[in-house]
This record gives sequence, C-alpha cells and structure tokens, in this order.
Amino acid sequence: MPSNEVIQGLGLDDYKFGFVTDSEPVFKTRPGLDEEVVRQISARKDEPEWMLKRRLKALRIYEAKPMPQWGGDLSELEETLSRTYFYAKPQEQMERSWDDVPENIKETFERLGIPEAERKILAGVGAQYDSEMVYHSLKEEWESKGVIFDSIEDGLKNHPELFRKHFGTVIPAADNKFAALNSAVWSGGSFVYIPPGVQLETPLQAYFRVNQERLGQFERTLIIAGEGSRAHYIEGCTAPVYSTDSFHSGVIEIVVNRDAYFRYTTIQNWSNNMYNLVTQRALVQQGAHMEWLDGNLGSKLTMKYPSCYLMGEGAHGEILSIAYAGDGQHQDTGGKVIHVAPRTTSSIVSKSISKGTGRSSYRGLCKVYDGATHARSNVECDALLINETSRTDTFPYIEIDEKSATVGHEATVSKVGDEQLFYLMSRGMDEAEAMALIVRGFIEPIAKELPLEYAVELNRLIELEMEGSVG
Amino acid sequence: MDDSPILTVTGLEAGVADEDLDILKGVDLAIRPGEIHAIMGPNGSGKSTLAKVIAGHPEYEATDGSAEFNGEDLLEMEPDERAQAGVFMAFQYPVEIPGVSIANFMRTALQSRLEDGEELDLFDFQELLMERMELLDMDVSFAQRPVNDGFSGGEKKRNEILQMAVLKPSLAVMDETDSGLDIDALKIVAHGVNTLRQENPEMSVLLITHYQRILNHIVPDRVHVMMNGKIVESGGPEIALELEAQGYEEYRKAHAA
Repeated sequence: MPSNEVIQGLGLDDYKFGFVTDSEPVFKTRPGLDEEVVRQISARKDEPEWMLKRRLKALRIYEAKPMPQWGGDLSELEETLSRTYFYAKPQEQMERSWDDVPENIKETFERLGIPEAERKILAGVGAQYDSEMVYHSLKEEWESKGVIFDSIEDGLKNHPELFRKHFGTVIPAADNKFAALNSAVWSGGSFVYIPPGVQLETPLQAYFRVNQERLGQFERTLIIAGEGSRAHYIEGCTAPVYSTDSFHSGVIEIVVNRDAYFRYTTIQNWSNNMYNLVTQRALVQQGAHMEWLDGNLGSKLTMKYPSCYLMGEGAHGEILSIAYAGDGQHQDTGGKVIHVAPRTTSSIVSKSISKGTGRSSYRGLCKVYDGATHARSNVECDALLINETSRTDTFPYIEIDEKSATVGHEATVSKVGDEQLFYLMSRGMDEAEAMALIVRGFIEPIAKELPLEYAVELNRLIELEMEGSVG
Repeated sequence: MDDSPILTVTGLEAGVADEDLDILKGVDLAIRPGEIHAIMGPNGSGKSTLAKVIAGHPEYEATDGSAEFNGEDLLEMEPDERAQAGVFMAFQYPVEIPGVSIANFMRTALQSRLEDGEELDLFDFQELLMERMELLDMDVSFAQRPVNDGFSGGEKKRNEILQMAVLKPSLAVMDETDSGLDIDALKIVAHGVNTLRQENPEMSVLLITHYQRILNHIVPDRVHVMMNGKIVESGGPEIALELEAQGYEEYRKAHAA
C-alpha cells in the first residue's frame, strides 16, 4: 500500500479523492499474464469448460495482436502489464445485505459519499469492490418483473444459456487487442437482462472501485434489453491514488432489441496513473434507441469510443461525452456510429476540457453502409482550452457508401478568454470561481442529462480542479 | 449626506499593460456619494480606458497617480475585490457565457460575497431576483437564458442593468452603455438606472458616453470632457449640449487655445 506521504505529496493537479483503505485480498494471481494465470482465474470462478476455452483462445489473440500505434502513448504499457495482478479475489462470498458488508469496505463507500447519496436506493445497487461484487441486492420489484441484475459471474452460473447466447457476440475477442485481453482475464462486472416490455423507472446502478495496488481491473458487462423494454443503467467509479501505473480495460456489451430504449451512463474518474482502455458497444435493432452518456475524468491515458451499431431499420444511437484532461493527462475519446439499416439516425455530442498540459482528442467514426438509405448522422465536438499549454485535436473519420445519407460534422475550439474571466471577476467572483463557472456552462448541455447526484459530483470535481488552474 | 468623495482619482496615468504608451495622461476626478458624473469625449480620448482602469481590467496598467475608493487604494485591488467593495462596471461589450443562466450567474456572484462556509439561501435569492426583475419590468423567463448568449444589443445592456440592480453597487461605472441602442432600448436602460437611484440615492454613477443623447434621460450633476487622455473641461449639464451643438472637432479647436 502506498504511504500517506505519497498521497499527501501530490500537488493540486492530482487526484482529489484519492485514498486507500486496507483490504487484503483472499486470493490473487502472481503479477503478469500467461496461460497458467488464465487457467487459475477460470478455476477460481468454477467456470464451465467452454468459458475456459474462450479465455485461452482470447489470450492467444491478445498475444498475437500488436500494440495499437494510434491514439495515445502506450509505450510504457507492456512494462506496466508485467507488474499487473490480473486477478484478485477480495472475499469468498457475495454479500447480500448492507450489514454484512465489512467495515473497511463500508468506509470506502463512505468516503466516496455513496451511503449518503444512495442509501435510499441502495437496495438496487450492485457495487463492485476489487474485481468482484461484494454487495449486490436487487429490488423486489425488479425481481418480480423478471429483471436480472447480477454480477457477471452469477450471470454465467445462473443463466448459462442466455449468457452463452450473447457473450462475446457484440464485442468478439478478436475485435481489438484490449478486448482480447479482457476476454482472457475478465473478472467482475454486471449481467443485466430486461425482459420484453418491461419498463424500469429507477436506474440500475453499479458502483465499483479498484482498490488494490497494481491491480488490473478487467470488468466485463453484458446487458440484454428485451423487445420494447426501457431501462437506464448507471455506473460511476473512482479509484484511489497509486504510486505505480495502473491499468483498467473493460468491455461493455449491450444488445438493444427491437423497439427497446436503453441508456448507459458512466462517469469514470481514475487516478492519474491509470491506463483506461475500454471497449463499449451496443447492437441496436429495429426501432430501438440507445444512448451512451460518458464522462471521462482523470487517468493517465483514456482511449474510449462508445459505439452504436444501428442494425435495424429506424434504429437510433446517441453518444454524449465529456472528457476532462488535467496536467499530464490524455483523453482520447469520442464515439462510433455504424449505420447498417435504412432510416437509422445518430448523434454524437462531445465536449472536452483541457487544463495545464492536458490533452484531449476527439476521435470519431461515422460509417454509413450502402443500403442504409436516408440514414442521418450529426456530430458536434467542442473543445475548451484552459491554459496556453493545453492541447486538443479532432480526428473525425467519415465513411459514406450510401448516396441518400445525410451527415453533418461541426467542431469548435474555444479558449477561456481574459475578457470572460474579467467579466465574471468584475461581478465579485475570484478567478477559480469564474473559471469553474465557465467550465460548468461549457458542459451544461451534457451535465443536464446526468442524474442529479452525478451532476452535483461533477460540479464539485470541476471546482476542485479549477483551484490552482489560474495565475 | 457625507461629503467626502467615494471615488478620488488623482493624476492618473495608465495604458495598455506591457506597452509604453500612456492613454491616460493625468486624470483628476472626485465623485461624491449620490452624484452622477458624465465623461464625454471623442473616440480614442481615453474615456473607456478610465472605466476599465477603475474596474481593474487586466489589460490596463496604471503607471502613475492614484485612485481611491472609500479611502482604499483601488489600484492595489483585484477586480473581484473591487466588485465586492461596491464597484460595478456595466460593460460596453458584455461577454457571453454559454450554458450559464443569468440566475445561476447572479447566484454565484452573490455567493462569492459571502464568507467561506456561508451558503446563500436559495429562496431568498429567488425572491430577490424576481423582485429586481419586476422593478425593471423584465419578464421572469429572462433569468433562465444563458448570459448574453444570442442576446440582442439591447438585451445585453438590460442584462447589465439587471446585474447592477441585484448587486446594488455604491459606484456604477457605465461604459458607453448607450452605444448601439435605439431610443426605446435607451429609455429602458435609463429608466432602470433612475429607478435604482431613486431606491438608493447614495449610489454614484460614472457615465461614459460619446453622445449627449443619454444625458436627456439620466441627468448628470457634472459633465467632464476628455481629450487626449486628460479631462479638459468640467461643468454642469450645459457642457454636454454645447458639445452636441459644436461637435468634438469644433470643441477641440475652441479649446486648443
């Protein structure tokens, strides 16, 4: 565990909510990755043979694929991975009630402010601690509706057919190097099934955090939204400060069946030594509606491009994303929309803020296949630069093979101007307050879509980040 | 009424920071509580620079002389400290703050005036804002619009007056608030200022303007003519009329000797 000095020695630009609670894993693999480690993970989870085979196959794909040469700087990643524990099991049993959750874990939640904000809806919270669920209970109402909201491990155990039918179909192991890695060593995450026609008013929420030094977190989430269903899944996570590089590589697969509506909201706020390489993708069927609401803060490098594959006629995909790159951080984020069927529509709105030497890149793909007649897509990406040293880039890829498609792209870059700051200061705000207000205004179109407690937390984070950004 | 000036400017020289050239070349000015002073002058005479130096614009720097506000050294204060001490500047070109509603903006400005740990009561604030908008005959929906974003020239200036009404300064500096306004908008702005003055007769106003027109609606106690970085003449409202009749060029010639 890093000492307190490490945490306190960090400057203003460093992770604000960093802390480490002392929790000893019950079991963990040795650092680094090979076939033996993968076999251990699978054995520990008591998995069926087919899953072990899938994992081993994915490992071979991972080993064969070269490191990506685009996006961010991954040159130090190999070395990081050699030190990474690919699996750590914190507790032997799944917890069912809040009283059974160990004190030190409760303390962690406490410090994240979760109990206060969430106690009322805690009955519906699946929280992930280290690589596995330790706390998971489901509202009776949901159970009565046939909704499944489980840890991914329980999903595999308790719903083997449904699981096997969909697992890896949206994001196959061969999709990219990190999807292959995740497919080999995944651990933790959620399994969600919404039966046809079921409409959920209360969002499904999962909190999790990484709390083991050099622990790689390879969360895997599989969500199936039945025909005509309607639901919102929310995930937020914060990580403690580490003294060494850390690595997170999740895979989120979502199937949105005909006429269903699904929204996936996530705010990720990683410690600034974290590599965060996530693949998240939704298959959107006829008449269905998928929304990704994605907030990326912290980390050393984030590469994340939520995708909507619009497979059925009239399917709609929406990606709203906020990225915040502080000193030394690189947010390479954006979105992908793939139009396969006629009259599909999509929209990407991306807002990034770069502060100090922070760098944000918008990277997006809009692809319209031949036959996706009258497809419409609109991309808007706006970057805000706080300091002279801040940087932003835009990489929009547009591939249109259909004449009747309409695609729009708009990008703006703005700087926080002296005139803006002076205007606010002449009303009595100090420089940091003025800066925070400007940034809040900039992200408002997306922040207003967030659940209230997330919007409040985001505002608070921005205020903290803006202290010391000026002068 | 206390007769000591609220603002005392003495021998003030100032220019754009990092540039050698002074724009203000020795300005003297004293404004007492409740007084309305107008500063008139042609383009480039330095009148807007004076407003900005008083408000603390970071682009300008005083090189000599002094400016005191209620006995405090104004030039040593940050813009936010000046605002909190009671100085308000209505901008010639109000700045757009996309995504921030006027209500949110005003709430943040009032919150910044409180001690650390003190929270603005939201119901009190809401009441104050509504009351201020009613005073200025403004539609309540105005407060929900993003600050100056997509506003017409007239709306921007009205927003400045609303801010003034909410923040209740003891010195309002109006930097060419009348420029670009049609007569109806001008009357609305003037009505706002006069209403606030009725409410608080102690509020002083420094009105920077190019034209005499606004002075028909906001009647000054003193009029100063500024040319080439100096106040060349001071007197009553009649000076403004004289200027309007002659034009700055004639006036300059007449006063050259």
